[in-house]
Amino acid sequence: MTVFILRRLMQAALVVLAMSVLVFIGVYAIGDPVEILISPEADQIERERAIHALGLDLPLWQQYLVFLARAAQGDLGRSFVFNEPALQLILQRMPATLELAVSATLFALLIGLPLGLYAGLRPNSPVSKGIMAGSILGFSLPTFWVGLMLIMVFAVQLGWLPSTGRGETVEVLGMRWSFLTWDGIQHMIMPAFNLSLFKISLVIRLTRAGVRETMLMDYVKFARAKGLSPARVTFVHVFKNILIPVVTVVGLEFGGTIAFSVVTESVFAWPGMGKLIIDSINVLDRPVIVAYLMIIVLMFVTINLIVDLTYSVLDPRVRLEAKS
Amino acid sequence: MAVGAPVTSLDPHYHQLSPNNAVADMIFDKLVNTDGRARLIPGLATEWRAVEPGLWEFKLRPGVRFHNGSEFTAEDVAFTFQRVPNVPNSPSSFAIYTRPIRGVEIVDSHTIRLRTDGPYPLMPMDLSNVRILDRETHQNATTEDFNSGKAAIGTGPWRVISHRNGDRIEFERNDAYWGERPAFQRVDYRMITNDAARTAALLAGDVEFIDQVPTSDLARLRKDQRITLSETTGLRIIFIGLDHLRTDASPFITDNDGKPIPHNPLKDVRVRRALSLAIDRQAIVDRVMEGAATPAGQFLPEGIYSHVPDLPAPRPDPEAAKKLLAEAGFPNGFRIQLNTPNDRYINDARIAQAVGQMWTRIGVRTSVEAQPWTTFIGRASKQEFSAHLIGWGSNPEGSHPLRNLVATASRERGWGASNRGRYSNPELDRMIEAALKEMDDEKREKMLQDAQRLAMQDVAIIPLHIQTNIWAMRRGLVHTPRADELTRAQDIRPAAAAR
Repeated sequence: MTVFILRRLMQAALVVLAMSVLVFIGVYAIGDPVEILISPEADQIERERAIHALGLDLPLWQQYLVFLARAAQGDLGRSFVFNEPALQLILQRMPATLELAVSATLFALLIGLPLGLYAGLRPNSPVSKGIMAGSILGFSLPTFWVGLMLIMVFAVQLGWLPSTGRGETVEVLGMRWSFLTWDGIQHMIMPAFNLSLFKISLVIRLTRAGVRETMLMDYVKFARAKGLSPARVTFVHVFKNILIPVVTVVGLEFGGTIAFSVVTESVFAWPGMGKLIIDSINVLDRPVIVAYLMIIVLMFVTINLIVDLTYSVLDPRVRLEAKS
Repeated sequence: MAVGAPVTSLDPHYHQLSPNNAVADMIFDKLVNTDGRARLIPGLATEWRAVEPGLWEFKLRPGVRFHNGSEFTAEDVAFTFQRVPNVPNSPSSFAIYTRPIRGVEIVDSHTIRLRTDGPYPLMPMDLSNVRILDRETHQNATTEDFNSGKAAIGTGPWRVISHRNGDRIEFERNDAYWGERPAFQRVDYRMITNDAARTAALLAGDVEFIDQVPTSDLARLRKDQRITLSETTGLRIIFIGLDHLRTDASPFITDNDGKPIPHNPLKDVRVRRALSLAIDRQAIVDRVMEGAATPAGQFLPEGIYSHVPDLPAPRPDPEAAKKLLAEAGFPNGFRIQLNTPNDRYINDARIAQAVGQMWTRIGVRTSVEAQPWTTFIGRASKQEFSAHLIGWGSNPEGSHPLRNLVATASRERGWGASNRGRYSNPELDRMIEAALKEMDDEKREKMLQDAQRLAMQDVAIIPLHIQTNIWAMRRGLVHTPRADELTRAQDIRPAAAAR
């Protein structure tokens, strides 16, 4: 077990290192941050000063070594744009993204599982067909369009929900959270739903497929033959078995939600990490891009680890082998 | 209210960037302010004059206090000029405006004299970009102190209550403000970068006021009874820069068979004139910009100091253009690639496509390549393009675009840093230099007009149009539009209180 986790961490470190090299080369290849940040009015002397101030006058490999040396001491550099430590910037925005991702995942499970279960148990009913058709829409409609439609309908036409932004927040543990105020929750409903739409469809399809498969298994037949109530068969025997693929996929999706909620955050002006990273890429704010991707890599590694561990709990047949 | 571009810092000297300047204008004051039409008006200085060429005197406004009660004096001005060039890590500092100052003399607590190297008529204009800080309060203030709100203390009409990076800034009225008091008690200044979402937030009533109204929404908003628009001709010109650097082959120009042309056709003024005459500017303004621009034949719009009255936007004349091309030795035209950003200026890539079609019509077969600004600007600055579409926001003075866009690039003079086509004309340089030494405003205006006339006759650049700045608000509000694009809460009032 320990060896297993250790090996995972080693892999993570390598990935982070490779990724930082890629970002350095990538940003260098795209363009010159100073050209983008500097006022068009600046003359040549001012341009040279800015290039020097941001440490961009050194050769690329030297810039990278400077970065590594500082990173080893826990300093991932200062944002070119905000002049604040990149790590701090990202951590400031993290709660916003986290609560959005968590609520989107909850939506996905709360809506997706029951619907999928129903569609799996009664595959031929018109309702099930409707659910499946709806899930196709969920897959195929582009997020930004759905987001804008949600705003048009619920904020502009009906006026039920606020259109954009984060609403009131409460400070807990030095971080700002929206889900603790009613205003904050109102602001969160639309973006969270928008973000979860794809996941809801995914969970519906996985659940349905799982149910259809398990229902034919011998142990389900036996359970029925034994005279167990349909509810018990469904919720104990079937449900537990279909959870395994669902947990894996939702876990991986959760990482993706945190890392790539860019579109939803932009449409709803949600001040999370996704918006920060896209803004940073637009101005080639390298320290923030590097720090962000490093955090994301670490996060994916951690989530994968947790998924693997949960898997082994849910399915006694799966055991994490340290030997291989 | 909601703005479309994120404010990145509350430090008024950290990053020379319009959204930051707008917010800095709410918190701080400058010695010299500008009104909506970009004319200089008194700010923290009540009057200013050149005592002699090379020595400016500014009389400071008495009885002004910072938000924390500290008094505003000449010491604070001197301190500000010291801090401006020394903000650590600044990606674009305001030092360009204070560099001409060679010496600061404090005459008394409310009079300050600035010495420059020889006559320097632009001093008041330069200082209309520099926000004044307090020596006592900001002695050791870092950019982070400003961002946290701790040091965001000025003499301006608004105080900062809270600042959430990239999300919103909350302001409260400064009741002790020396000028006209703002109409509102509190302002919630939000950043909604997505155009459609910003318009939706206005329609939904979540915000009362937005800037950067997308041109695609204009027609609809004009019809909406609940909405009023406020607009003014801006100072941002969209133009095409041409490769003046190479006399041999230019990278994206070939003959009609795709073979490189050994000499750069753009060096011939007849070709440049033909390209300019080929463009139907009014059509671009009407169709692509939905009317939100004015066709341009020069850098500055009408009504701005040193605008040239007898230099209208060229009328489209494809026949004359073809003739000019033939005279220049290209009766069958040639091929060119027009490079453009696609995420920087309003409708930028679509404008370039329209221009490309118009050029193709006179025989210059044009392909348009659009890229994101991040990659575009680096290549443009390395003179990699033959023709590129770009914009420029001017100060309201002819020497500003002249010096930056068409003067010969020179590090010593600090000229031509944005002259990406590397146009160079010693005659023009001499005229700009002479104008920059002329202290008499009327004479200088004449000289600047002559210089602009020369630049345009020589087609140093091809001007297309000047953008209109548009704001939208709920009915019941009025806004004083600004040519400089800044979105400031003090410019908004309830309709009844206006007049």
